[in-house]
Amino acid sequence: MARSVIPIGPYHPLQEEPEYFKLTVDGEKVVDIEVNIGYNHRGIEKISELKSFDQVTFVIERICGICSTSHPYAYTRAVEDIAQVEVPERAKYIRTIIAEGERIHSHLLWLGLAGHFLGYNTIYMWVWKLREEILDVMEILSGNRNHYAMFKPGGVRRDLNPDDFPLVLKKIDSIVPTLDRLKKAILDDPVLHARLKGIGILTKEDALDYSALGPTARASGVAKDVRKDVSYGAYDQIDWDMIVTENGDVFDKVVVRVLETYESIKIVKECLKNLPPGEIDCRIKDIPPGEGIGTHEAPRGETFHYVRSDGTNRPVRHKVRAPTFMNLPTCHSTVIGCDIADATIILASIDPCYCCTERMTVVTPDGKQLYTGKDLVRLSQEKTKKLKRML
Amino acid sequence: MTREELVSDLKERFKSDIIDFYDRSPTRIYIEIKPESLVKVASYIFKDLKARFNIASALDAKTHIEILYHFTLEYLRVLVSLRVKLNRDRPKIDSLAPVFKGANWIEREMNELLGIDFTGHPNLKRLLLPESWPEGVYPLRADYKEWDKNAVRDRGV
Repeated sequence: MARSVIPIGPYHPLQEEPEYFKLTVDGEKVVDIEVNIGYNHRGIEKISELKSFDQVTFVIERICGICSTSHPYAYTRAVEDIAQVEVPERAKYIRTIIAEGERIHSHLLWLGLAGHFLGYNTIYMWVWKLREEILDVMEILSGNRNHYAMFKPGGVRRDLNPDDFPLVLKKIDSIVPTLDRLKKAILDDPVLHARLKGIGILTKEDALDYSALGPTARASGVAKDVRKDVSYGAYDQIDWDMIVTENGDVFDKVVVRVLETYESIKIVKECLKNLPPGEIDCRIKDIPPGEGIGTHEAPRGETFHYVRSDGTNRPVRHKVRAPTFMNLPTCHSTVIGCDIADATIILASIDPCYCCTERMTVVTPDGKQLYTGKDLVRLSQEKTKKLKRML
Repeated sequence: MTREELVSDLKERFKSDIIDFYDRSPTRIYIEIKPESLVKVASYIFKDLKARFNIASALDAKTHIEILYHFTLEYLRVLVSLRVKLNRDRPKIDSLAPVFKGANWIEREMNELLGIDFTGHPNLKRLLLPESWPEGVYPLRADYKEWDKNAVRDRGV
């Protein structure tokens, strides 16, 4: 049978980042995949060299609209590594609260979209409603739904107001019963089991070889989490569990993210209850010449920042590595060999961005269009329906 | 293995490859090695010491091109960075992509942004820059000049 090429993408900057996947298919089976990125390359590393150390936090917050705190977190830790300063306890707790709030809404966002791809639009609507509560919480705490601008080298910019905490805790608690029902609905659903178990498996060996990160690696049995492995923030002062599963398929990636949401809720609540008094900023005066590395566990995995200073008020080099940079190449081992109907959810399972997936078109090598993006989402949803009938 | 054992092990094993060993802080070790020893040292750290490859970061230090390969050893809570310094006119080094897949993309990125040649890379083509970008213009080099007069860029400060 003749092989066809399926271009997915590239350009649709509605969500995080545009990517272009070129799938080669033989009938229904994917036999090869090629990934192209760079459609939204903004040269932020270069722009960063033109900004002062304080201004850079605002620039890099705009790298990603969803994990907008992860980059400033890693960057400020890199600058603090150069200056060898310790952040005040209260600032550590505030940073942890903001970072975990972000993880909750990021995981919920992904869960909703995954539901949509599988034809579970109820999950999609339900989860996004829960996410709205968390965005409200972030607005109460920081003043913004997103782009909180709370971080600065040496501490945080604004203090939290304890008068807000009762309302915040009430709002966080209000999502737990719905999340419980949702967890049960997802984890006990026989159709989802049939649909997601055993597809898109990333083996532990491959996860290590690609140096995959975050929930993508933890679903494959790689017990690595920066929050546990590095002592920073309030993570080592609070009791919480790292979620690790063994199978590496799409189902396990869902499980890891759902359970991590609970852990994050636990961390935020503990931090709010035990928020220590004191300073929120250690007031770094000058950044000495030198180099520093900062890491933070973003919702998608470790964010890595390398900053070099020559003693002036600007960095001479600022390297940013987002987690998807390491996770995306794993699609070489997860997508090849699967059905086209499964490709959407496997590519989405690492939580990259969905903008491309809805732009999928299937064309034959001579340019004739076979499927459009809508058709592919429909294919995926039909497969779920078929499974439902069989049960 | 403890942290002290790691330090003495690396110092002893790669005696002839290490140019400078900088034990900066409890969580950071910087090792400058000879460029030709990179594959040997990096393979040992990744495969035998079971480190995770974080990423590589390259920069133009005006007198030379510098690459840092960062590895995390979670069980010791330490981040080991291998530093190599390359000739600025024709930077060239062996590729790590055949050793572990995680190095594939970042070498492509360093190739297009700084013009470093990675010998033995399986697929050394552009990752981020568009096709219209001219050959031989490397945006992260210190002497980079705006070539596209119509481009709208952040002129900063």
